[in-house]
Amino acid sequence: MTTAELTIQAVDRNEEGFLLDSSQWTPDVAQQLAEEAGVGPLTDKHWTVLTFCREDAAQQGQPPGLRRISKLSGVNMKELYQLFPKGPGKLAAKIAGLPKPQGCI
Amino acid sequence: MKRLLILGAGTAGTLVANRMRKRLDADWAVTVVDPEEQHLFQPDLIFLPFGRARAERMQRPRRRTFSPGVEWIHDTVESIDAGKRQVALDGKTLDYDLLVIATGSHIRPEETPGLLGDHWYDSVFDFYTLEGATRLRSALESFEGGRLVVNVVEMPIKCPVAPLEFAFLADEYFTRKGNRADVELVYATPLDGAFTRPVASRILGSMLDEKGIRVEAEFNAGELDGEARILRSYDDREIAYDLLVTVPTHMGASMIEASGLGDELGFVPTHPNTLLSKADDHIFVVGDATDLATSKAGSVAHFEGHVLTENLLRATQGRSLIEGFDGHANCFVESGFGKAMLIDFNYDVEPLPGTYPLPVLGPMSLLKETRINHLGKLAFRWAYWNVLLPGLPFPVPNHMSMTGKRTEMAAEAA
Ligand SMILES: Cc1cc2nc3c(=O)[nH]c(=O)nc-3n(C[C@H](O)[C@H](O)[C@H](O)COP(=O)(O)OP(=O)(O)OC[C@H]3O[C@@H](n4cnc5c(N)ncnc54)[C@H](O)[C@@H]3O)c2cc1C
Repeated sequence: MTTAELTIQAVDRNEEGFLLDSSQWTPDVAQQLAEEAGVGPLTDKHWTVLTFCREDAAQQGQPPGLRRISKLSGVNMKELYQLFPKGPGKLAAKIAGLPKPQGCI
Repeated sequence: MKRLLILGAGTAGTLVANRMRKRLDADWAVTVVDPEEQHLFQPDLIFLPFGRARAERMQRPRRRTFSPGVEWIHDTVESIDAGKRQVALDGKTLDYDLLVIATGSHIRPEETPGLLGDHWYDSVFDFYTLEGATRLRSALESFEGGRLVVNVVEMPIKCPVAPLEFAFLADEYFTRKGNRADVELVYATPLDGAFTRPVASRILGSMLDEKGIRVEAEFNAGELDGEARILRSYDDREIAYDLLVTVPTHMGASMIEASGLGDELGFVPTHPNTLLSKADDHIFVVGDATDLATSKAGSVAHFEGHVLTENLLRATQGRSLIEGFDGHANCFVESGFGKAMLIDFNYDVEPLPGTYPLPVLGPMSLLKETRINHLGKLAFRWAYWNVLLPGLPFPVPNHMSMTGKRTEMAAEAA
């Protein structure tokens, strides 16, 4: 199977639906994860956020939290809630194929 | 003469200064910088609004909290120049050989649009500052009835159980005053439940339930309309209130941002096990100022203190650091009517029920309301000034221990 055909049934995920191996992620997988989560078709704005999250995680070694996303991605908090309803931090990480951002204790 | 310079003399800075003075030779100066004349015992801020603690008794002159030989500079740090190993104060600079950042975490109500305004300290209060808690006391006294909302704006906050304790104590307060039936209590939190970790969240959640405190979960406060008395979330949910008790966004000291050493909240990226800053080998970080994934609590500052004193000593000798800190936190949670719970956890293990081995006072119950735990909470007042700040050994194990913990609860929750 080529990566282009990869479906979310074929990637390894934990019980909350986060990818276990970020390298199995493809834009196609992201679109399927978004539909599963009720986010719908991914727009350019969504992709701005997802691309930021993946790049930041690669540099920092951990997925960015919500405040970091809103401060550094150029998409403000209000928009983030519109794009990824309810829990933008968690949801963006999930669709970007990253682990769940570490809960603040 | 070499200098160990400690920025901030709160819980963490003071205990580290006192311990290091004992461990270092006379060729090292131990210097702390803090602008505040008084040292405030913050845990009593949850009792103050209910008339159960007095402001005068919560503070002591800072100069009396230091061991002989600790030098205190009464000033505000404006910035750190890590390259030059120099700190700028108001109008002068100080050189250091080793630096400890212990400037804590502070509320920033201005981060939420509308939170500050004419209604601030009129219908909207914080209780994380002495002024807020004192003013809230009068507001509670004259509160006849209506909806009281406790809102945590954003995580992380210091002492993450404090807002829950506030809600529990409010339930007791209005019950004793005889107007509980006229007061609707609402707890609005950005978390998906009462607490950050599953088992404790479930147990604390059902306590809120039993006390008739309604939880609004996943509520991320975006703005306040102070005139209409409405709190609005980023996704346009609204909560109306008559009295709002807010726990605003927390950030590290602004001088950390000014020095380019902070993350997006001004907390300092810190190695989770050694407490060395990620940015520079001569800077350590302790207490609420770190970005670590454990509670911002006095108990944590105490446990970190052990590892930090050892590592500072090693740093002066050019030896390798120990990776000794495990994220250990424990907190008493005051639950009202003379009872409290105890929770004990670390980076990897969530708070679990069971018993906690404690010499002298005897085993304490974990995640269960008891009278003994309440006495433990009160004993902490004495221990804070007399054992913790002087940096004396505490009769509790430094690393979290699994002895007495019931692990099957975690398995059930998973
Ligand atoms: C309501 C409430 C209840 C709490 N209950 C508990 C509890 O039950 N148990 C528990 O363990 N913990 C509790 N805590 C938390 C505890 O008080 C803190 O975690 C602890 O004090 C952290 O210590 P610290 O030294 O990191 O910060 P702090 O003690 O806050 O000290 C920071 C110091 O830095 C100084 N400072 C700041 N900026 C500068 C600057 N630019 N230059 C120089 N100095 C500066 C400040 O003046 C201050 O003295 C509670 C806190 C609150 C607010």
